[in-house]
Amino acid sequence: MSVRTLEIDGKAVTGVAGQSIFSVAWDNGIHIPRLCHVGGVSDVGACRLCMVEVEGQRKLVAACMTPVEEGMVIRTNTEQLLAHRRLIVELLFAERNHICAVCVVNGACELQDLAASLGIDHVRLRYRFPTLSVDTSHERFGLDHNRCVLCSRCIRVCDEVEGAHTWDFSGRGVNSLLISDLGEAWGESESCTSCGKCVQVCPTGALFAKGKMVSEMRKDRRFLKYIVTAREKHEWVR
Amino acid sequence: MTFEDLLEQQAKEIARQQGLRERIYCCTAAGCVSSGADAIKKAIDEEIKARGVGAEVECCGTGCMGLCSKGPLVRTQSDGTIYAAVTPEDAGALVAGQGANLLADRKLDPQADFFIKQEKIVLANSGTVDPERLSDYIAAGGYQALARAVMELTPQQVIEEVKRSGLRGRGGAGYSTGLKWELVAKQPVDTKYVVCNADEGDPGAFMDRSILEGDPHRVLEGMAIAGYAVGAQQGYIYVRGEYGLAIQRLQAAIKQAERERLLGSRIFEDNFQFRIDLRIGAGAFVCGEETALIASIEGKRGQPRQRPPYPPESGLWGKPTLLNNVETFGNIAPIVAKGGDWFATIGTPTSKGTKVFALAGKIENTGLIEVPMGTSLRTIVFEIGGGIPEGRAFKAAQTGGPSGGCIPPQFLDIPVDYESLHKIGSIMGSGGLIVMDDTSCMVDVARFFMDFCMDESCGKCIPCRAGTVQMHDILQRITKGEANENDVALLEQLAKLLRETSLCGLGQTAPNPVMSTLNYFSGEYEAHIRDHRCPAGHCVLPAAASSNREVQA
Repeated sequence: MSVRTLEIDGKAVTGVAGQSIFSVAWDNGIHIPRLCHVGGVSDVGACRLCMVEVEGQRKLVAACMTPVEEGMVIRTNTEQLLAHRRLIVELLFAERNHICAVCVVNGACELQDLAASLGIDHVRLRYRFPTLSVDTSHERFGLDHNRCVLCSRCIRVCDEVEGAHTWDFSGRGVNSLLISDLGEAWGESESCTSCGKCVQVCPTGALFAKGKMVSEMRKDRRFLKYIVTAREKHEWVR
Repeated sequence: MTFEDLLEQQAKEIARQQGLRERIYCCTAAGCVSSGADAIKKAIDEEIKARGVGAEVECCGTGCMGLCSKGPLVRTQSDGTIYAAVTPEDAGALVAGQGANLLADRKLDPQADFFIKQEKIVLANSGTVDPERLSDYIAAGGYQALARAVMELTPQQVIEEVKRSGLRGRGGAGYSTGLKWELVAKQPVDTKYVVCNADEGDPGAFMDRSILEGDPHRVLEGMAIAGYAVGAQQGYIYVRGEYGLAIQRLQAAIKQAERERLLGSRIFEDNFQFRIDLRIGAGAFVCGEETALIASIEGKRGQPRQRPPYPPESGLWGKPTLLNNVETFGNIAPIVAKGGDWFATIGTPTSKGTKVFALAGKIENTGLIEVPMGTSLRTIVFEIGGGIPEGRAFKAAQTGGPSGGCIPPQFLDIPVDYESLHKIGSIMGSGGLIVMDDTSCMVDVARFFMDFCMDESCGKCIPCRAGTVQMHDILQRITKGEANENDVALLEQLAKLLRETSLCGLGQTAPNPVMSTLNYFSGEYEAHIRDHRCPAGHCVLPAAASSNREVQA
């Protein structure tokens, strides 16, 4: 395994060839904001929150999709990057109906945490207030489209880890919608194994366990790593 | 087929055509068909039959003759005259050879700027060969470039020729075609693909459509040469589903070429084999983006993915893939036949050859033109295009579709090439050129293109999916007189976000129409916001009483 040495936010760090900027930064205590990345499944580079500056490159790069190279000088926290991140999170809040006060994951939501850490106290954009449905047809779980940020974590974990590929998107652009199977109600899905992995990786309250009240739902953030470590290293460690 | 067979077929077809008293070319491209060309062709065919002159007069359909706004167009081979606005009733006169007398009022002047200021390479056959007959293409020298490549040149020599020509991608980005070919050729992998991007989707653009409808064999030949050069045995043409006629003609052309062994195995008795299949798009603009196009061919959801890796390294099914636009492939056969040096004499130092433009909007001569790179916008709009109708004033030219910008009158004299257009905030794009006069509201133009991008965003990345919606919302409010100065500041921030963080070209360039109109027509934005007035008289705004109304979020 060949080693790559580079600099992130002024700190000299090392990674191995093929490792992403995001992962090397994380290993060194530099936590770049992200919403679509989740350890254990493939990356898609969709949320654009982890965009960073690489010296000598004209364009910003997505840290989760860019492998480290020898001698890279990376900045993850410039004013411009923070401004972009703030606007991206504001875009999400304006896109659907994220009403924290009545959300099951209030207090433990990745979108909420992002907003807090970026210092977002108001949204400059006009809220769209779309009319979206809630699918509670599954006996144990529910899907609230109002909270969905279309990060596709559930799609990837269901496809790559569970192997069911129950989830996918229908429609395009702002009309994209998470669907189970070919648009059937989740409870009627023939491919769903009711494993609940999608619920745990969902960064918001879009996928939730039934029976939870406001602020009661807590997601197991480490379960995926547990499964993936077991699969890859045959070690059952939490 | 051997090379000798090809030459023999060419000689035979030329002799046959020369033996005719008259060959009547009836434009059967989309533009003329929509104004009734099919009925004209049928009337002429019936007239020939009725008069029993089938042995001396022949009528054939052709691709676009260019001057779409004057269609349906018909050209008589004997004197080369093009007649405009032909009707089925004119069939008798044309078959009898009386066109020059009876249709004199509709004769187009061959010395008009529209014809003499153009230079045709890609469209050389368009309007002069029957796209449904392979023998017509062969008579025009078709497939001789492929024969030369396969029989005389090594793949490396073909690439050298393309590199020497200086040809750059005609899809809009302008990457060096030769370098791209070399990248694919260098990959040490057995299976490679050649893909033709015919998913033309810019509003007002119909260049690729016309090339495919008018000269499908040219594109097939270009792809086959590319296949030989990079070491691919399979090609795909990804053509948008809306182009029914282009699909039909491509399917027919592929069959003809396969029957004559110009495609398939042992082409020109060499060990080179190359097949081409069609893939039909299902109506998504984003599938013109190369990685989304590849995903679509693979049967997946048409969404772009992160680059690198670029398709020359890892494309279709993870294999090295050469992806070029229709017009780029259309240039290949002439380059191989006449040499890269010949091609490099045309155009500007950095942009070689010609460019096909689709003229649309407020312009006298709506239609399809091909001009050398470096021709000024003034020549295109006022000489070839015939200027603005009804004596109105030129306000802007929009190039590059939803990824491009609006060019104001002060830049009418810049040479049209990749660099110059980029410098003034627009792009070459694929060749759509929409002309606007003083009745066009530039804010509304920006809103229109943002509406298009919003509708066509795939939804994968947040800046493009949610950002285009917000930009459109602000632009719409400006046109309705409901916006304030803060909204413009927000619009600019959103534009920067989309440019710098979007995943693919669609989102990265979606702000271009907004930014170029903000740059050159900021007064119009101000008039809408401050005075509640649309200088072009296009937008309906309420009285200024409600100005600065804060919109509650």
